Amino acid sequence: MTNIILPELGEGIKKAMVSYWYFKPDDFIKENEDLVELTTDKATFNLPSPCSGRLKEIIIPEGSLANIGDILGTLD
Amino acid sequence: MRLEIIDLGLVDFKASWQKQKELFQKIKAGLLDGAIIACRHHPVITLGRSSSRKNILVSPEELIRKGIVTYEVERGGDVTYHGPGQLVVYPILNLNLLKKDIRWYLMFLEELIIQSLASFGVRGQRIKGLTGVWVSGRKIASIGIAVSHWITFHGLSINIKSDDLSNFSLIRPCGADIIVTSLETEIGNVVCVDNFKEKLISQFLLNADSN
Repeated sequence: MTNIILPELGEGIKKAMVSYWYFKPDDFIKENEDLVELTTDKATFNLPSPCSGRLKEIIIPEGSLANIGDILGTLD
Repeated sequence: MRLEIIDLGLVDFKASWQKQKELFQKIKAGLLDGAIIACRHHPVITLGRSSSRKNILVSPEELIRKGIVTYEVERGGDVTYHGPGQLVVYPILNLNLLKKDIRWYLMFLEELIIQSLASFGVRGQRIKGLTGVWVSGRKIASIGIAVSHWITFHGLSINIKSDDLSNFSLIRPCGADIIVTSLETEIGNVVCVDNFKEKLISQFLLNADSN
């Protein structure tokens, strides 16, 4: 199982809003495909999938805030 | 860093959006380091991911009557207006070649605008917590970006002409009660958008090379 982790986005950025999941649980995703969109002040950031696999679980849903380093979801 | 400069002139927002996507794919494929699109738009309102339709203060029918189209776009930020009196710049940059830091990039764009305004004798400023560039508390430039695979798109707009500010009254710009201004308003003289564009682009290339 692989964790989808919110990476460092920049100095002083501690949180981001999960604004859009491109897939739903049980969808198959290729490595590097856009997986989830995050929004901070004046910027959106597309997080690519760290590997190929099935989206197992969305832990932080759309509309919720995530801290840098949080696990957003998991891949099988 | 090799940057392709593309001047689209006065263009519909949708055409420039499409051009951004084409350039994004080329940069992602490694065919280009980056590109800068400079253009002006026919009147348009765009809504970023943090926006609320409540920040459009008139009805859809009124916008249609005025010939103003709205687009929901994948950039950060709230609602903004673009018109022919603004310079709009979309840097499509590979931050893997510069710095993978969104805050740094937003400040890079702010600094670029401030330096460009300075060459026209206008002192642009940052206001902490309010991304963009201000002149004595009046907003002269807005920024809203998107980043995917650490490649940027969308960008910035600077109000140049003093006679193209009235449509800002149709919205709450950036979701706030602010006063907007233009370069012509601030210097009390006519400015050609192309002159400002040339200054900004040359400053951009200088700043990108020194990073």
